[in-house]
Amino acid sequence: MDRLVLDVAHLFAGGLVLVSFLLLYQDRMFGLLNTFALHALVVSLSVAWQAYIQLAPHLYITAAIALVVKAIIIPVALHRIIVRLGIHRTIETVVGIGQTMLAGIALVALSILVMLPITAEAGTLAREDLAFSLSVILLGLLMMISRRNAVSQVIGFMSIENGLILAATAAKGMPLVVEISVAFSILIALIVIGIFLFRIRERFDTVDVHALERFRGEQL
Amino acid sequence: MALILDVLVQFVQLALVLSLAPLLTGYIRKVKSHLLRRRGPSVLQPYRDLFKLLRKEVVLAENASWVFRVAPYIVFATMLIAAALVPTFATGLVFSPAADLIAIVALLGSARFALALAGLDVGTSFGGIGSSREMMIASLAEPAMLMIVFTLSLLAGSTQLSSVSAFLHGPEVGLRVSLAMALVGLIMVAIAENARIPVDNPATHLELTMIHEAMILEYSGRHLAVIEAAASLKLLLYLSLIGCVFVPWGVATAGQGFGAFAVGLIAYIVKLAVGGFLLAVFETVTAKMRVFRVSDFLGAALMLGFLAALLLFVSQSV
Repeated sequence: MDRLVLDVAHLFAGGLVLVSFLLLYQDRMFGLLNTFALHALVVSLSVAWQAYIQLAPHLYITAAIALVVKAIIIPVALHRIIVRLGIHRTIETVVGIGQTMLAGIALVALSILVMLPITAEAGTLAREDLAFSLSVILLGLLMMISRRNAVSQVIGFMSIENGLILAATAAKGMPLVVEISVAFSILIALIVIGIFLFRIRERFDTVDVHALERFRGEQL
Repeated sequence: MALILDVLVQFVQLALVLSLAPLLTGYIRKVKSHLLRRRGPSVLQPYRDLFKLLRKEVVLAENASWVFRVAPYIVFATMLIAAALVPTFATGLVFSPAADLIAIVALLGSARFALALAGLDVGTSFGGIGSSREMMIASLAEPAMLMIVFTLSLLAGSTQLSSVSAFLHGPEVGLRVSLAMALVGLIMVAIAENARIPVDNPATHLELTMIHEAMILEYSGRHLAVIEAAASLKLLLYLSLIGCVFVPWGVATAGQGFGAFAVGLIAYIVKLAVGGFLLAVFETVTAKMRVFRVSDFLGAALMLGFLAALLLFVSQSV
């Protein structure tokens, strides 16, 4: 029984890292959104499993929030934004997918090498989940720096938040109020980003954030 | 007496893979034809092709050297040994101490080396293109395959196929995301190695994108027959490998008697049929990708292998 508990938690956490790689691999807008919905689904499954094994019913609410907000509302909203902006073709990447993948592998190895020694006293489950959640966070950051399209950067940002939830639930005892406020701030961030996207689009006729570089003060 | 019987069983396996391989190829072609609403040739057509080619005269290019004439037999021999080593209906046969996953990868690598040399030997441009593309694929597919082997051996504590298969059949496997990644990675490697559809199209000689067919374009007669047989053996080998590692149910262990062997044989044929059917469906619903996207495809397989090994490393070291 104990083995099974660990194995299922490992399955979900490892699956989350895998879906983060799938996010890096996607080069189509709608594929990226679907993969992000899958990412949120895996997070909510993982949180629900933690709620079950830690006997912490408030985590079920966290799982439900993750499911409703991030697997349904945000992908649908981004889908509409993409359709209205008319950018549902390919994503430009700064470097090739192959190199991004290799960098991602290196980041996962790094986070494992960092996390396992410094969490030596913690329980098995917490150590594993912390290592994986650090990888998910680093992969989200990698996605934000390797994409030029503002919408894919938003998705990278949201996947970082999923990694944080994984870490918080594994560490036992995140209060519900924190999770609710984080979920709402994510929604607010989505609204702000949505407005921001339309503003960029209006002004520069593109959502390629490199168009903004001409307006940095230092280059005057 | 017991030893003679064991050797006999091993040779039954050798004969089995040799005789089933063209049937598998014919079966996959038949299923693909049916999916396209064609009747398609009989499933026995590959045997007829082989026998016809064996009787035909060999036409050699003027500047073909001995490499060109020897390569088909090297390819066939290494492939036959590799296919005979992979457990099909029973594990723990006489040769199974040699049935090491790394040895099988090495055997496949030497077959590829011989074929690529033969493609370069005559000096036609098609052969050269085929060989260089084959090497490009190999440079990504082999590391991916080795990472998958490492994952399996980290889990099972051995690189021997019989013990890997027995371990995965046993109760202490548990639920492992690494195994799923290894399975997907292995399927991707198998598709690339066998020149199946997203990577190469086995049914055409017309495209400039062909890989495997480009290397063997100059072959005729018995040389071509031997190479075709080796290609079917390779497909059978990968299907048996996936079957014995990831679907190990029904495989007999040595010394269980002929009842268990019969059950194992039926299970093996069912696995081949299901695997071949799935392959045919997959090939029908996917489009061939550009040659330059193949590196992304195989890079993903390599990434899956790496990730599977890393995740396993974490779960074993905590």
